[in-house]
Amino acid sequence: MNILSLRRALSWKGLGLLYMLACYGFIFLPVIVLVLFSFQDGRLPVPPFHGPTLFWYGEVLANSRLVAAMGNSFLVGVGSSLLSLVLGFLAAYGLARYRLRGRSLIRGFLVLPMAVSYLIVGMGLLVMASWAHIAPSLWLVGISHVVINMPLAFALCAAQFSETQARIEMAAGDLGASLPRILLQVTVPMMAPTLIAAFILCFTLSWDEFLSAFLLSRFEITLPVAIWGILRGGLNPQTNAIGSLVFFGVVALALIAEALLFRKKKNSA
Amino acid sequence: MTVTPLPHLCIEKIVKRYPGQMALDHVSLSVERGSYVVLLGPSGSGKTTLLSIIGGFTMPEGGAIRIGGEDVTAFPPSRRPTTTVFQDYALFPHMTVATNVGFGLKMKPMSPQERKQRVQDMLRLVGLEQQRDRAIQALSGGQRQRVALARALAVDPEILLLDEPLGALDLALRRQVQEELRRLQRQMNRTFIHVTHDQEEAMALADLVVVMSHGRIEDVGTPRRVYLRPASRFTATFMGESTQITGRVAHRAGDVLTLETAFGTIEGIAAPNPGAVGDMPSSSTVLQKDDEAVAIIRPENFTFNPENKQSLPTATVMEMIFQGNYVRILALTDAGQELVLCLPPQQAPTVGTRIVPCCSVDDVVIVPA
Amino acid sequence: MSEVTVRKTPDGMKGFLFTLPALAWLATFFAAPLLAMIVISLRDSATGQIGIGNFTRIFMEKSYESALLNSVALTATVTVASLLLAYPLAYSIVTVLSRRMQRVALTFAVLPFWTSYVVRSYAWLLVLAPTGFLNRLLLALGLIHTHLRLAYTPTATEIGFVHFFIMLDTLTIYASLVQINPRLALAARDLGASSLRTFLTVTLPLSVPGIAVGAFLTIVLCLGDYVTPQILGGMRAIVLPQTVMMQIQKHLDLPMASAMSLVLTLIMALAYLGLRRFLDAGERSR
Repeated sequence: MNILSLRRALSWKGLGLLYMLACYGFIFLPVIVLVLFSFQDGRLPVPPFHGPTLFWYGEVLANSRLVAAMGNSFLVGVGSSLLSLVLGFLAAYGLARYRLRGRSLIRGFLVLPMAVSYLIVGMGLLVMASWAHIAPSLWLVGISHVVINMPLAFALCAAQFSETQARIEMAAGDLGASLPRILLQVTVPMMAPTLIAAFILCFTLSWDEFLSAFLLSRFEITLPVAIWGILRGGLNPQTNAIGSLVFFGVVALALIAEALLFRKKKNSA
Repeated sequence: MTVTPLPHLCIEKIVKRYPGQMALDHVSLSVERGSYVVLLGPSGSGKTTLLSIIGGFTMPEGGAIRIGGEDVTAFPPSRRPTTTVFQDYALFPHMTVATNVGFGLKMKPMSPQERKQRVQDMLRLVGLEQQRDRAIQALSGGQRQRVALARALAVDPEILLLDEPLGALDLALRRQVQEELRRLQRQMNRTFIHVTHDQEEAMALADLVVVMSHGRIEDVGTPRRVYLRPASRFTATFMGESTQITGRVAHRAGDVLTLETAFGTIEGIAAPNPGAVGDMPSSSTVLQKDDEAVAIIRPENFTFNPENKQSLPTATVMEMIFQGNYVRILALTDAGQELVLCLPPQQAPTVGTRIVPCCSVDDVVIVPA
Repeated sequence: MSEVTVRKTPDGMKGFLFTLPALAWLATFFAAPLLAMIVISLRDSATGQIGIGNFTRIFMEKSYESALLNSVALTATVTVASLLLAYPLAYSIVTVLSRRMQRVALTFAVLPFWTSYVVRSYAWLLVLAPTGFLNRLLLALGLIHTHLRLAYTPTATEIGFVHFFIMLDTLTIYASLVQINPRLALAARDLGASSLRTFLTVTLPLSVPGIAVGAFLTIVLCLGDYVTPQILGGMRAIVLPQTVMMQIQKHLDLPMASAMSLVLTLIMALAYLGLRRFLDAGERSR
């Protein structure tokens, strides 16, 4: 390295870049190790790396418990996200379009679960279920996920209800459209990018949620709980494979959500 | 046999309060079918609130709105024979030009062919046939404005309400759209009610100008009448420039008043009643001897030729502004009275010149102070 | 008000009907359970007596008390370390990269966290285990001669947490930093301030909302997390959520678990009250 490039590297900008590189290295390290050793041709996902194989992915797909858990997670995710979205959207619409008494109180209550940890949400439902002698089930998990995600869906929708949009709805009413028609043909399509992005976000959070799912399910379990079970067995390339699968799936979903939100921004500009 | 036409739109003693403010204070107005009405006033005058009440978007606290004799005060916007063109157009961003225009028709008993034909007709009317399948985002401001017009007119409203429809357009486009609005209104023979704060726009468009201030109607009349014979001092001030001389009525002979001012007397015609419609309306009898009053003289009514005219005291030209086809002159009399004059460029005196402005009695309007 | 204003029906009944399903849901499945937790936490599961016995035990009994202290210490360490590491990162992103590259950089910072939350801690185990990636690498490079004991220690938990919260703090701090008008710093420099003074008196104070939001999220998420300490931390320094789970799974003592959860919530509420001033400042500047 000659003196000139050394000096440049030592400038503030160079230092900044170096620091960024180090941080990104730290942030990416576990994922890279995880994905790399999911292709490990051996029983242990640790160096040295033995040739790539898809064996462990095959194992995951052949593991009926994991596949069933994926199905459960999908059902709970879709169901709870849809319900979160409908409840959150309606509440946001009511607050944005009508003069309500105690609106700030209602708003505060609707977002309150966001400030409470999932442990509390799960614990509360567990206590209530055991009081009412309701056995843990996927239904309870879904209910808890609506509690967790509905505030988020509400907040995302509420942020979209602008004065401009209100006037567009007024124009539709002025032209003779009824309230259900306005909601279905004007409001919902106009907010479609936000709604889809909110759905995807809710779904990923539900898909990934562990603690309340762990507390509230017993025989039928969601994917994170199933993975938790496998983790007890220590380091295992199968866990790498399932983790990598989830990673690629969620990244694809996130990219879709990102593209939708980004398009929305461009349109409104 | 002639039938007195029933007013198309009747606004009766409308009252609307906002916290700490009287938005509309017992406002009444009658509008004939097929006229172009402009509600003119500064912001906060209540003109937009009035439009919003006619459209059904705001509920008044008192009074009634009748359209074609029917009381629609309690009706929601969708049940009124009115449609509104919003200031920001409120176009549906997720629909094409044609679906926007056709939206209101979906709620009407109409075959798809009829609807399509109607949309086509409306697009032709506003000159947007080429853009029918374009997205709203792809349109210019002027084009969006025309989509909003076509959408509102497509449902064949009896009354079209326009909320500052030209506010978002630049000056050149504004002139063009003004002409287009006028043409559309004549062609469709509908009642248009148009809100603006721009007096030039009002004069260019209106059959009837409604000047509003502080929640009241100050004056109603043709643009010509309202400009030349303003009924109030506010109208005179808001509708263009004028020289205003305050004084006291010394004598009244029919419509001619003699005003006693700081520098002698000035004669003029008493202002009409607010709402007088003709170009040469009879004067109001409000002003009588000893009342405080103001003489209003439009700048273009001054000359330096004293023949058949009354002279004002000598004044000094303080400022001269060249404006192309005329020159605007600010002058100050020795007693400190400000005068505003408009003269052809070749007659314009230079700054510092002493002048004796003259005007005829007919060109002086005397309004209550 | 120069435009036709939004119609808001004076009777809010219709609007209330729109919010009713959401309110009812949260009342039934959030507020009522929380209340049930409070009620049940007052019962001693051994004797059935009503009182604050469970709460006094948390603060008096050695094992519970140390879990509480471990939780607080862990959260404090993680919060401070994450902020210290994230601030220079966010600052570098804002000052070094172009607007377009900033977007890319942030997207990339988030990317690794789209793997399963449970798997994330496991991935760190892969790196930190005695036979794991890091030990093998250091051994191969000859930097160490025996395995470092990294996995199953409080340090491993801290690394796992800091990993996640660096990303989160970078996002919140970045959001504050980009909102600062760059001319403010130029003006300070123009008035003769050194770059260090400019940073300390202009940039840093204006980015406090981002720091506060990051800190608050770190505290709430770190205090309430069970997975990371359970997978990475080993059994030496147990934190409160772990004891909560033990009460539920081993001792079937829901009252005690409820009491502990409430204590956790109380600490989070205290953190909120402490940071509220700075969080509100963020609301205002938005």
